[in-house]
Amino acid sequence: MKFTWSWLKDHLDTDADMSDILDALPMLGLEVESVVDRSQALKPFTIARIISAEPHPNADSLRVCQVDTGDTVIEVVCGAPNAAAGLVGVFAPVGAYVPGIDVTLTEADIRGITSRGMMCSEREMMLSDEHDGIISLPEDAPIGTSYAGWAGFDDPVIEIAITPNRADCLGVRGIARDLAAAGHGTLKPLESKPVEAKGESAISWKLDLPADQAHLCPRIAGRSFAGLTNGASPKWMQHRLEAVGQRAISALVDITNYVMIDLGRPLHAYDADRVDGNTLTVRLAKAGEDMTALNEKTYKLDAEMLVIADAGGADDLAGIMGGERTGVSDATTTMFLEIAIFDQVSVAMTGRKLNIHSDARYRFERGLDATSPDTAMEYVSAMILDICGGKASEITAEGKGADWQRQIAYRPQRCLELTGVTVADNKQKNILETLGFTVSDANNQDDHSWQVSPPPWRGDILGSADLVEEIIRVSGYDAIPELPLPRDRVVSQAAVNAEQKRPITLRRVMAGRGMSEAVSFTFLDENTAKRYGGGDDTLKLVNPISTELAVMRPSLIPVLMDIVARNQARGDSDVSVFEIGPVFADDTPAGQHPVLAGLRHGMTAAREWTGSQRPVDWLDAKADAMAALAACGVKTDALQVRADAPDWYHPGQSGTLNQGKMVLARFGAMHPAFMEAHDIKGPAAGFEILLDAVPMPKSKAGKSSQRPLANLSPYQQVGRDFAFLLNSDVTAEKLTRAVRGAGKPLVTDVSVFDVYAGKGIPDGQKSVALAVTLQPTKATLTEPEIEAVSQAIIAAVEKNCGGVLRG
Amino acid sequence: MAGADPQALKDTILAAIDAADNPDALETVRIESLGKKGELTTAMKSLGQLEGDARRDMGQALNAVKDAVTQALDARRSALAMAELNRRLASETVDVSLTPRPETAGVIHPLSRTLEDILAIFAEMGFVVAEGPDIESDYYNFTALNMPEDHPARQEHDTFYMTPDADGQRKVLRTHTSPVQIRTMEKMQPPIRIIAPGRTYRSDHDATHSPMFHQCEGLVIGDGITMAHLKGCLIEFCRAFFNVDDLPVRFRPSYFPFTEPSAEVDIGCSRDGGGLTIGAGADWLEILGCGMVNPRVLEYCNIDPNEHQGFAFGMGLERLAMLKYGIPDLRPFYDSDLRWMRHYGFMPFDAPSVHLGLS
Repeated sequence: MKFTWSWLKDHLDTDADMSDILDALPMLGLEVESVVDRSQALKPFTIARIISAEPHPNADSLRVCQVDTGDTVIEVVCGAPNAAAGLVGVFAPVGAYVPGIDVTLTEADIRGITSRGMMCSEREMMLSDEHDGIISLPEDAPIGTSYAGWAGFDDPVIEIAITPNRADCLGVRGIARDLAAAGHGTLKPLESKPVEAKGESAISWKLDLPADQAHLCPRIAGRSFAGLTNGASPKWMQHRLEAVGQRAISALVDITNYVMIDLGRPLHAYDADRVDGNTLTVRLAKAGEDMTALNEKTYKLDAEMLVIADAGGADDLAGIMGGERTGVSDATTTMFLEIAIFDQVSVAMTGRKLNIHSDARYRFERGLDATSPDTAMEYVSAMILDICGGKASEITAEGKGADWQRQIAYRPQRCLELTGVTVADNKQKNILETLGFTVSDANNQDDHSWQVSPPPWRGDILGSADLVEEIIRVSGYDAIPELPLPRDRVVSQAAVNAEQKRPITLRRVMAGRGMSEAVSFTFLDENTAKRYGGGDDTLKLVNPISTELAVMRPSLIPVLMDIVARNQARGDSDVSVFEIGPVFADDTPAGQHPVLAGLRHGMTAAREWTGSQRPVDWLDAKADAMAALAACGVKTDALQVRADAPDWYHPGQSGTLNQGKMVLARFGAMHPAFMEAHDIKGPAAGFEILLDAVPMPKSKAGKSSQRPLANLSPYQQVGRDFAFLLNSDVTAEKLTRAVRGAGKPLVTDVSVFDVYAGKGIPDGQKSVALAVTLQPTKATLTEPEIEAVSQAIIAAVEKNCGGVLRG
Repeated sequence: MAGADPQALKDTILAAIDAADNPDALETVRIESLGKKGELTTAMKSLGQLEGDARRDMGQALNAVKDAVTQALDARRSALAMAELNRRLASETVDVSLTPRPETAGVIHPLSRTLEDILAIFAEMGFVVAEGPDIESDYYNFTALNMPEDHPARQEHDTFYMTPDADGQRKVLRTHTSPVQIRTMEKMQPPIRIIAPGRTYRSDHDATHSPMFHQCEGLVIGDGITMAHLKGCLIEFCRAFFNVDDLPVRFRPSYFPFTEPSAEVDIGCSRDGGGLTIGAGADWLEILGCGMVNPRVLEYCNIDPNEHQGFAFGMGLERLAMLKYGIPDLRPFYDSDLRWMRHYGFMPFDAPSVHLGLS
C-alpha cells in the first residue's frame, strides 16, 4: 500500500513530523517498507525557458541556448534535437548533481563555448527511461520555481505492508485512523454532504440471484451522471496517483482509482451511453458466457462467477474488473457509478479461476466497509461533479445490506490475562472508540463485561482476543513486561527422545568417518523418481517450480548422485557425502520414511606420495552402513547379509543388512548405468539406512542406563587359524556362522583373513582362511580341548558348507 | 701357566675389547678370553697347580679380572649396539615436511548446527521436540490454523499442491511447521511446551527464496501463560542464540491467522562500515513471528480456550544461520558444493550445549 505524506495529512490532522509517523506505523502493525522522497535528489532542478537556440559555430549537432532561469539568463550548450527557442524545460545549474549520468555539473568548455548548466531529459533526472530529448513542459509552467515542487515530486511516497486482516488500511483513511487512535493526531471528518441530485438514475439495479446466493451481493448502489467532461484529471490528483504507481488516464478513471486508494473503496464507472438498456443486473454468469475485460483480455465464465450484465450480456466481473464494452472513455459524457459489496469468497474464487489480479479484487476479497455503498456515495459524487462538471441523479440501490453488526462480550480484565499488561478501563474504551468501535459498558455489574461492536470496516474483529490486540497494539507492545517461562524442574529434561536423538548421533558418526553432510531438496524429476522406484501419482506436485523439482523423492541415492555430479563438474571428484532426511513411499504420514544415506566417489584420498589412495568400493559402503547401524545400537555381527540390493547398486557387489525379514540397510558399489544417468564418472559406492526399520535398543524402564555385568575372563585366549576349500558360492557369512555354531561357547571371534581362488585351487572353488579366537572362562585351555573344538569346527564346515580343511 | 700375570692378562683383554669395532670382533675377543679355550679360562683351569695362599690369591685376582672383562664386554656390546642403531636410524631419515597419509574430515551442515543450537536453548526452557509430516492435509496446514478455504492469508503461502486423490482431496507440502501445533494439541492436553523443527515448502525460487527451507515452530500452552512469557521466552532465546547479552529485541504488532494478538520480532543490528553486526545499533532485523494462540485454533483441537491459553512462534532456520554465521547467500545451502560445505560446515564432535557453550 503506497500513499504520499500530503495524502495522509488530508485525513490526519497532525503536527507530528514525518519521521515520528514513520516510527509509529510499524509499532501499530503497519510495517514501513520504503520511503521515497524524490524531491531531495531533484532539489537543484528548476523550471527554465530557452530564449534562443543558435547553431553551435563549431559543431553541427549542438546548439547554444540562452536560458532564462527566472533570475538570470545563462548560456548552455545543448545537444538535444528538441532544444528550440520557447521550450520550457528543466534546468540544472553548475554544482548540481545529475543522477542519471552520475555527474556533478561544472562549467564546461564545449568546442570553444562555455556551457554553464544543462537542460535535462527525464532519464538524466532518473524519472523515466525517456531520452529522446529534453523535457518539454507546458508553456505556463512557472519559470524559476522548483521542478520537483511543480511536478508534485516533493511529496514523499510511503509504502507499507498491509497484513491480510487489515483491509481497512488498504485506504489512506484507515491508516490515518490508526495513527489517530495511537495519539498521533486526529482523524479529520470525511466531507460527504449530499450533492444536488436531480431526477431518477438513468440506469437501475436488478438483483437476480438464487435465494441461497443472495449473500453474493448484499448491497449495491449507483447513480448516473450527465453532462460530464472526461478530460485529464487535475494535476494534484495525477501527481498523487503517479506517485503511488497508478497511471493517470482520464478524470473518471483517475477518480475511481483515487477513491480506491483514498478510502480503500474500489468503484466502477460505466459509460451510461454504452450500457445496453437501462438495467444492470447482478447475476451469476451463464456457463460458457464470455466477456472482454478492461485489460482487453476475453474470459470464459462459469456459472459460479458473479457478474453484472446489461441486455447485451455480462460486462463486469463483480469486484474484479469491469468490461471493455461499457467502460468509460475520453468521450464519455454520461456515466453510471457503481459502489457495491460483493461476497469476499466469491470474488477470491472467481479471481483465482480467471487468474486476474487487480487492485479491486485485492480489496474486495479482504473485505470492504460494509456500509460504504451508502456512506461513500456522496463523497465520490462531489468529487466527480467538482472535476468533471455535469449533474448527478438520485441514488439507486438494491440489497438489504451486509450483515456486519455484531456484539462481542468483552471483559477489560481479558487484556491483562492475555498480555500481562494492565491498560486502564477508560483507556481501553477510548482506544476502541477512536478506532470506530462502539463500547457499551452500561450493564457490566455482574461480570464486568462490556458489549463491543466493531465498525463496519473491521470484518476481522470476531472475539475478545481481537479486541485485546487492538488495545495493546495501540497502547504499545513495548509496555508488555518480560517474564521468564515458569520452570517446573531445575535440571531440564532431554528435548529429544531416543528416536529424535538418532539423526543427531548419526550425523556426528558419519561426519567423523569423513563424510560431509548435505541438505537437499526433497523433490526431483519424474524420470529419476521412477528409476528409483518412485514417481507415484500421489507424490507428484501439481504446480512444481520446474520439472526438475516435480516429484517427492523415493530415495536419497539420486540426490547424492547429483551432488557428486555437480562437484565433479566443478573439478572436485573425490566426494563423500551423506544426508539424513525423508523419502516418500506415498502421501500419508506413514509413507514418509527417515533415511540416512551416504555416497563415496572416486578415490579414497587425493593422489599423494605414500600411495595410500585407492578407488572406493562396496566395502567402504558396507563399513559405513555397519558403523551407522552400530551407532544405532544394532549388534552388527548378528545381521544377515543378503545379495538383494535394489537396481541402483552393482548386482554383484551389493547387498542388504537384515534382521530376520526386516531390511535395515542396503549398500554396495553403484550401478554403472545409474551413474551414467547422473553423469558420474569413476567408481562410487553408497548405502542407505532405513532408519524406521532399525529397532530402538531395548531398555528396561528405570534401569535404562544399566549395563549387563562385564564378564572378563582371567584365562588366556587362544587363536587358531583354519583354511577351508569351499565351493565359490558359499558365503563368508555362512562359513563363519557354521564355525561360531560349532565352537560355542568358546569361539568369541571369527574373521576371514584370506580368500583365494586361482592357481592350485580347483575351478569353481575357493580357499577361505579364518582366524578363530577361543576364550575359555573356567580354566586355561588344554591342547586336547583345543583339538576337540577344532575338530568340531572342521566337521561343522564340512557338514554345513561342504568345505574341506586344506592340508 | 702358574706364572700368569692377572694384571697383564686384564690389560691385554680390555685392550682387545676396546679395539673390537663390531659385534663379531667383540665375540671373537669374548671367545678368546672367556671361551672354553680362552686365555682367562685356561688361566683359571691352571689354578689347581697352585697351593695354599698362592692358589687363593691367584683365584681372587683372576676372578676380579673375569668380572672386569665381563663388564667391559657388556659395556662394549651396548656401545656397539647403540652405534649400530644410530647408524641404522640415520639411514632411515625422512623428509618430515612431507604430508601424512590423508584423512578426509567430514563436516556437519550449518543448518544442523543451527537446529542443535536452538534445541540446546529451548531444552533449557523445558521444551521437547515434536514432529509432523512434510506432506500435509489441507486441514492441518490451513483450516485448523484458522485459515479456512479462501482466507486471503492462504494466497501468501505460495503453496505446492499434490495431485488430488480419487476423492478429490488435495494434499499440500506443508508451507510452515505450524501444522505440528495442531497435531500436538490433538494428541496431548496442556501443559504443552514443544518445538517442532522441519522442512517446509513454498513455491518461490529466487535469490532469497528457496522452494524448500526449514522452520522451527514453538508452542506453549499452560495455565496463566501470557504475552509477557512469550516476550521473556523469545528475548531469552535471541540473546542466547546470538550470544549478545544486551541484544535489543523489539515486538511489533503483526498478523497470523493462528495467533491473536500476533507479533513480529526484530533484533537490533548495525550496518556501520558495510558489514552487518548483530547487537545494539541503528537498524532492526526481522527474525521471527509469534503470538498468543488464537482461541479458534484451540477450539479446533478440542482445548477449551476459556480454560487454557498460550503462545506460539515460528522461525526460519536458514535466516538464523545466515545471520549468526555470516553466510551471505541462501542457495548454496542446498547445493552441497564441497568447498562451501568445508568453509561453512562444523566439526562433528563440537556439539553445542548449554554447559559447554553454543558457538
